[in-house]
Parts: sequence; C-alpha cells; structure tokens
Amino acid sequence: MPETLFRKVWDRHAVRTLANGQTQLYIGLHLIHEVTSPQAFDALAERGWPVKAPHRTFATVDHILPTRSVARPLVDPMAETMTAALERNCRAHGIPLFDPASGNQGIVHVIGPELGLTQPGLTITCGDSHTSTHGAFGAVAFGIGTSQVRDVLASQCLAVSPLRVRRITVTGRLAPGVYAKDVILAIIHTLGVGGGAGFAYEYGGDAIDRMSMDERMTICNMSIEGGARIGYVNPDQTTIDYLRGRRFAPAGDAFDRAAAWWRTLASDAGAPYDDQVTIDAGRLAPMVTWGIDPGQSVPVDAAVPRPDGLAPADRARLAEAAAFMDLTPGRPIAGTRIDVAFIGSCTNGRLSDLREAARVVAGRRVAAHVRALVVPGSQAVAAAAAREGLPDIFQAAGFEWRHAGCSMCLAMNPDRLEGREVCASSSNRNFKGRQGSPTGRTLLMSPAMVAAAAVAGEVVDVRQVALAGASA
Amino acid sequence: MSASAITRVDGPAIVLRGDDVDTDRIVPARFLKAITFDGLEAACFADDRAEAARAGGVHPFDDPARRSARVLLVESNFGCGSSREHAPQALYRRGIRAIVGRSFAEIFFGNAVAIGLACATVPADAGDALMRAAESDPRAEAVVDLVAREVRLGAIRAPATMPDAARSSLTSGTWDVTGLLLAQYDEVERVAAQLEYLRDFQ
Repeated sequence: MPETLFRKVWDRHAVRTLANGQTQLYIGLHLIHEVTSPQAFDALAERGWPVKAPHRTFATVDHILPTRSVARPLVDPMAETMTAALERNCRAHGIPLFDPASGNQGIVHVIGPELGLTQPGLTITCGDSHTSTHGAFGAVAFGIGTSQVRDVLASQCLAVSPLRVRRITVTGRLAPGVYAKDVILAIIHTLGVGGGAGFAYEYGGDAIDRMSMDERMTICNMSIEGGARIGYVNPDQTTIDYLRGRRFAPAGDAFDRAAAWWRTLASDAGAPYDDQVTIDAGRLAPMVTWGIDPGQSVPVDAAVPRPDGLAPADRARLAEAAAFMDLTPGRPIAGTRIDVAFIGSCTNGRLSDLREAARVVAGRRVAAHVRALVVPGSQAVAAAAAREGLPDIFQAAGFEWRHAGCSMCLAMNPDRLEGREVCASSSNRNFKGRQGSPTGRTLLMSPAMVAAAAVAGEVVDVRQVALAGASA
Repeated sequence: MSASAITRVDGPAIVLRGDDVDTDRIVPARFLKAITFDGLEAACFADDRAEAARAGGVHPFDDPARRSARVLLVESNFGCGSSREHAPQALYRRGIRAIVGRSFAEIFFGNAVAIGLACATVPADAGDALMRAAESDPRAEAVVDLVAREVRLGAIRAPATMPDAARSSLTSGTWDVTGLLLAQYDEVERVAAQLEYLRDFQ
C-alpha cells in the first residue's frame, strides 16, 4: 500500500500504544542546548535516572552565547552559569558537546545537518520549535518542551499523538531575487499561522526538487510559524550528495547502503494525504512582513493591507499590528526606514544565505544610520565564508562580522534592538518584543533583502538593487 | 512530581483577548536566562503588562481583582511560536490550572498537559459568552469539568473538547509519562535493534 514518508518513519519507530491512546515513539537523535535542558537534567537527578542513550544525544551552546567574544568566563554571569551547567551535565552523562573550542559550535539546527547527524529516516527531537528544520532531510523532526526533553533523556522515547499529512506542492521557477524564504513566507501567509495545527507539512513539487539542502532547510524551519510542528522534504539525490563525506554520516559501503534505504523512505506515488495545496512560486515577489506574526507579510511591491472586508477578529489583529509597527494601512511597505539589519539565525544563517547577501553588499556601503551585523549560523559556516572572503566584503560595506549563535533572532545575548528600533531581519519571528526590546519592531525578509535594506537604509526591492549593480 | 487525578478545575477566571498570542509574549526570552523555572510567575506577559500600563490601562494579569484566577480564558491559536515550556510553567506558577480557548498551538498544548495544566477547547460563540461573563463579574467562579466535558460560568454551560489522550492523562493522573516510557524497556530495545540506521550503517 502506498504510504507517506511520515507514516513509514513513524511506524518504524512506534514501540507500543500507551493506555491513553498515544504512541510511544523511539527517538533516533536528540539534540540539546543550554536553555531548555537544565531543568530536564535536574528532573533526572531527582529521580536518580541515567541518560538512556548518551550516544544518540548531542549538545551545543547557541541561544545565550555572546557574539563579540566567547572567552570564558562569559561576561554575562547568567550566560556563564547556563553554559557551565550544560558542560557539567554533558560531562556527567557522557554526552558529546560541540562548544566553541571544538570548532563545531553553532545553532543546533545548523550543526546537526552539517555534521551529518541529521539523516533521512530518523526521528529527531530538540527542545526548540525550529527542530522542524531537520525535516529537510526526510527525517521526522519536531520541537519539544522541557518535560519532553526529560522524557527523551530518560527513555529515548516520547508519548506522542500522530499527525495528519498535508502535501504542499510548490511549482514554478523562482524569479531572480526571490528565495526559499519568500516561498515559506508566502505559504504561511496563505495557510495562516495556525493553519498547520495537527499537520505535518510535506513539501514537494518541481520548485522544491530544484532547491539545495540549505533552501529546503529554510522552508522546513519555518513550518512551525505556520502552526505545523513538522515539515519535511522527501530524500533525493540532492540529500544524498549533501550527506556524503559528512563526519557522522555513514562511510564507505555503508553510505551506499544507507542511501539506498533513504530512497525507499520517500512518499510513494499515490500515498494518501489528508490535505493537498499547490503554490505557484513562479509568480512570487520578495516578501516582507509588516506585522507581528510571520503570516502578516506582503510582496515588497505591495502596500500594508487595509482592514476593509476583513472579519472582525482579523480587523482587530491588523489594527493591533499596524499600531504596534506604526505602519499605515494602504501605504507601500517599500520605503519603510530601518535602524538595524540582522543576517543570521537557523532560518537563514547558512553559507548560501551569506553568499547571496554578500553579492548584494559587495562594493556598496551600509546606510549611515543603520547598524548592521552578520552572525554566521555556525563556526563551520563562518570558516567556509572566510575561505571565500565574505567577512571582508561585509566588513568593507560596514557590517559587523560576529561569532556564531542565535544572537538577535531572540536576543538572549547582548545583541538586541533598543527602544522602537526597526530591524530588517533574516530570522523567523516578528513577534512583539522578539528581538529584545519590548517595543522593537521586526521586518522578516530574505538575507538578500536584508542586505539591500541595509544599503538603502529602508525596505527596498532587492531586484532593483541587483539590477542597478548589474548595469553599473 | 507525583500526579493526582485532575477531573475539574474551579476558581475565578481571567480573560486574555486576542488570537495568536505567542509564547514570546507569555514569557519574553530574557526570562529564559535561568537554569530553573523558579520565579517565572513574575514574567507572565511582562512586556504586555508594561505596554498596557504605559497606555494608561491595566493588563488583566495586573488587575488586583484577578489575582486569584485559576482559569484563563483565551481566543484562538494560543501559545504559538517557541517551544519554551517556560510559558505554561509561568502560567501554572501564577496559579492558572486550566486554559479555555478556541484553539491551542500544538507544542504549547503538549507542554501544558505535561505539567498538569488543562487546556480545553470551546466553540467560538460559547467562548465569547464565557469571556463576556467573566469580564463583567471578576468573582464569578468558572468550572472546567473534564469528566462532563463542559465549562460552566454563571448561567453559561459550554461544551468543551480535549483530545482523548490528554483528557485521560489528566483525569487518570498519568500526565507525567516518563515512568511509563521506561516500563518493559525490552520492547523499546527490540524496536531500536531493527532500525536500519542503528543496525546496518555504523
């Protein structure tokens, strides 16, 4: 019988049905970090439980790490306390920790794939909602809370309820200046920030088939912003080529055996889907959020929406967002002045993202009133970028080049907005207060669009900037 | 934490209007800089409360009449965004024992049930009626009845739904599942031993 990848992977990991009807699911890979794990380790200690599978558990420090200097002790005493607690817990339980000294530190959703830990067919959990990123490889990967981190540490299992599967077919060729980020922002806008509740999103179609792993990760990463805890792409040659030679990927003959198995996991022709949606990506323009959730976006050449014709609840939400953002419905989003430009995050902090942004800023200058920073997603991304001379390009343009981490995506470190600042950001959330100032404002867009905004000092259509560059 | 069965929650209600209330608003990220959940009750809606005060108003969580609230009434997609369990932990430590709304974000819902915080779904019109009634009378007692699958407040009786798994975990006092997951562990080992990536590709 034809099945979806989700079903195949789920069934392989199902241990039993629990008394409450949930499935006990075996977890193939558990990634942990300093923010959501300490209370879970404490719970284990209270009950005297060991970590069941330390060899299937990997740790890094990402959320609270400062990006100017990672010299120890960290300047912020609480950041030091949290880092030290993770180190202590990893040492006590024999869990590998990728810290800055390892050269492999980075955002957990960037290093899992680049180390080859993330592979097709695994169940993957992490105490972070953007764990959906790993679905780009054909894994069933989802974010969990601290009680569930405790469960996985103690038992390598979770009690979970199955999801329905919505197939999202993305067709068409992306126009120059339009990226995976624009595709996922358009999907969230179309289906709503709560539209994915109860679903795993399967992304496919010729546009997804043509995408690199970096691009697929950007798409899957933001599934959760559409309410879907899981997003995935079926493994194909692109997946296999990406994984070959990675540190934790199978080697030699074992790799070929693994690759053959990975291919069998892809959803079969005729697999049953609970819902199907098609998006024509060939018609998309670069997207910009104007509001306070990732669904509130418009094409860069459009205006902040008017409340006319909306349902009362939507009208209230729009009014709240427009008031908080201080944007006028009906006015073009282009031309919105920015104060800060942030390139990084688990959504868009990978090498290809930095390359695209660097192409825009090369030979240009950041506007005088804009504070601009690039935070690579990992030390490996930073090193690869350095080999291509990207830090020089960014710094010559007036960007700061920082140490790897989550940084200004959620501002748990010193990188944050001040007061009412407006930030053009390549991250994933534009919630009120998300970037560290309760009144700070976030405009989500692709890294190339952030780069263009940094140069122009305001929201601008990257397609026009790129054209200007070509004709100069 | 030894769990005892939760069949109903009763107490005063607090009303929080608005769809898509994200966990960054419930607990802003700066309050996640800690290695315990202690004291998180003070972080509940910290920025929204300050914003309301600046505007000359009073946020529901700052309203003295709502200090002893045990039931939180919300709208749709409550708890979207980050997976931080700090959000339900903060509400629980603030005294909230049940949340009633039109819909909940999935990770938030799971995190809430995992600490014994009930989340019940009611139809939109019933939810509106409950909110209006609670707003007009701070002393009105809400009853979230997990057995009768009903939320009552004054004269209002609203049918309430909750996924069976969550409801039975709460009403049987088995929401803390770690022990269950460790039981008969040989079955887990049998499943793991058959996984291609653990067996064949090492």
